[in-house]
Amino acid sequence: MSEAVIHSMKDLPSTHLLGAGTAMCAGCGGLQAFHEIYDILGRKTVFVNAAGCMTLLSTYPFTPFRSGWLYTSMASAPAGAQGVRDALDILKQKGSITAEEDMTAVVLAGDGSSYGMGLSATSAAIERNLDFVYLCYDNEGYGNTGQQASGATPHAAMTSTTTSARGYSGYKKDLFAIWAAHQPAYVATVIGAEPLDLAKKIEKAAKLKGSRLILALAPCPTGWDFDPKLSVEVGRLAVKTGMWPLKEYVDGKVVHTRIPHPRVPVEEYLKLQGRFSHLFEPRRNESLLAQIQGHVDRYWEAAA
Amino acid sequence: MTRTLLTGNGAAAWGARLAEVDYVPAFPITPQTEIIETLAQWYQSGEAQGKLVTLESEHSMITAAAAAAATGVRVFTATSSQGLLYGMEMIYTVAGWRVPFVLVNVSRAVASPITLEPDHTDVLVARDSGFLQIHCATCQEVLDSVLMAYRLAEHERVRLPVIVNLDGFYLSFTREPVEIPGTDAVRPFLPAYDPENLQFRASKPISQAVAVLGGSQYSYFRYEAHLAAQQALAVYDEIAEEFNAHFGRHHGAVDAYRCDDAEILFFMIGAFATKARDAVDRLRDKGWKVGLARPRLLRPYPQDALRKLLLGTRAVVVLDQNLSMGKGGILYAELASALYGQPGAPLLLSFIGGLGGRDISPEEFYEMAKVAQKAAQDGRAPEPRLLYTSGEMRELKKLQAIALSERHEIGTRK
Repeated sequence: MSEAVIHSMKDLPSTHLLGAGTAMCAGCGGLQAFHEIYDILGRKTVFVNAAGCMTLLSTYPFTPFRSGWLYTSMASAPAGAQGVRDALDILKQKGSITAEEDMTAVVLAGDGSSYGMGLSATSAAIERNLDFVYLCYDNEGYGNTGQQASGATPHAAMTSTTTSARGYSGYKKDLFAIWAAHQPAYVATVIGAEPLDLAKKIEKAAKLKGSRLILALAPCPTGWDFDPKLSVEVGRLAVKTGMWPLKEYVDGKVVHTRIPHPRVPVEEYLKLQGRFSHLFEPRRNESLLAQIQGHVDRYWEAAA
Repeated sequence: MTRTLLTGNGAAAWGARLAEVDYVPAFPITPQTEIIETLAQWYQSGEAQGKLVTLESEHSMITAAAAAAATGVRVFTATSSQGLLYGMEMIYTVAGWRVPFVLVNVSRAVASPITLEPDHTDVLVARDSGFLQIHCATCQEVLDSVLMAYRLAEHERVRLPVIVNLDGFYLSFTREPVEIPGTDAVRPFLPAYDPENLQFRASKPISQAVAVLGGSQYSYFRYEAHLAAQQALAVYDEIAEEFNAHFGRHHGAVDAYRCDDAEILFFMIGAFATKARDAVDRLRDKGWKVGLARPRLLRPYPQDALRKLLLGTRAVVVLDQNLSMGKGGILYAELASALYGQPGAPLLLSFIGGLGGRDISPEEFYEMAKVAQKAAQDGRAPEPRLLYTSGEMRELKKLQAIALSERHEIGTRK
């Protein structure tokens, strides 16, 4: 692997590859992360998209991409990446294209696809050691259809399908661990609100071969119910409270790239978001708040 | 001319090999598996060059096939029945990508009840997708049709994927003598794939398969695909002529057998049509003026060719090996729409048969011809009929009785 060139904020790209004027919501944490990731992955990329919010990035006859884009379906974007990768390899091998014309296949999928319908295709792609990057923008619900609960929804969150006083009864699926259990080349969690940590990981992933999977928490003003101007703040608090651990899996080991210390109480993160307002109004739900805090505390105790 | 004994599956694999396909995304399913096994063995032994990748489902397989075609390589894939249905979202999706590749479907009846033997309900689910469809009755036709399908799919006036269909078991596992042309003979007919603008290259950024907002843009693309499919009729005829010039075999859009002076025609697709052909010969021996019209091309629908062939005959027996629940035979409904209001239109008789591999006996063909003759005399077509003999019903009742008495015996039923 060649030397890393990103050491500080000053090393981050100052121009953006993704065109402006897309259909994403104001304050979209997914778009923020995607901007940052695209700038580092660069132009030689084919984004193979699964059905989700970002499917609307490219709407005929316009496109914000300076590289390739292929919309597939909700369940099979990794298989689309397989077809693109294999075809480019075949063309190179036959001498039909030069190495200069080669591109990296990058799956772009939301949590609805990644945690559910697309998981079988992702698992199989890793099993075949597909040389690709997988990017999940995780806004913890089926955001494009109005934030119904998905396999990524955190415990107690209100969604349009979990409206009881306790919110979502399940627990957020540990997709990082599921991916890592396949022993791919690289897995990382990132968030757009921590651009340096994100950039270092994407730079590392870009230089590796094999399956490289990136899970980006995507603060979602419309789905999580907060003011779009708070998007970065919500993202930072997700990290500072320890609710969104920044980590990577490489060479068979999981390493935390940021250990929040001291950890900010989770309610600082929760109280900014309307989807958790039932924990505070009309009265504080102490037991549920303690349960969420306890869950985070146990995670970090185990990680230490 | 030397001929080799090949199964229908073997002929499909040879078609892919002679088309020098670059890429084969695969997934096993009975009765198709032999096709991908054969290709895998050739690639592993170095007898042929190509890359075969096993995906984890047909849904992914079709996605990978179309994505590779969109990147600019020649792609072949194959499936059957439940596999085709499992991948159906992508069948509809990738047809709209306008990617030319060939999918061989080995027809097998669909669940429920789950079974292995053939009928055509599976492939007819893909009827409205934008994939073109060629239906084969012999192993030679399978090989030839795969080669023709690439020409059709890749033609600049078409640019749509093509399904080549053969019947499971009756054709997939039946050996027939097949003439296998040499690669040198095939190349002048089927040159290397030119992807034109369908490609991902670092120097040529392109967004493919993008979303549209609103019905106007949506309609634009759907109409374009429909018009391309219709253009494929004339293109197919050109290709069939060329194929004949190269290989001495003519596979028209509609295969007409002893139709010239025929008053009654059988109308069906696929391998069971060879049974009808045999019945035609025997009936002709007895002085009946019968023939067989067998569309090879089902999409695009060869309406003009069918009108030319059928108008002026007295009655047409449409035998559907498919069943649209609550409506009836699909071929019958389509043919009726093609002939309705046309001067000289024959009476149409609808029979459903051959579901799930159920045989259609010579006696049944004779009976259908008789019913058709009577209908022609009366000037009235009878109600559609579901072929099932009293003997079959007796056998079924017998089996049910045996099963019931066993259950009484072991005490699972009182």
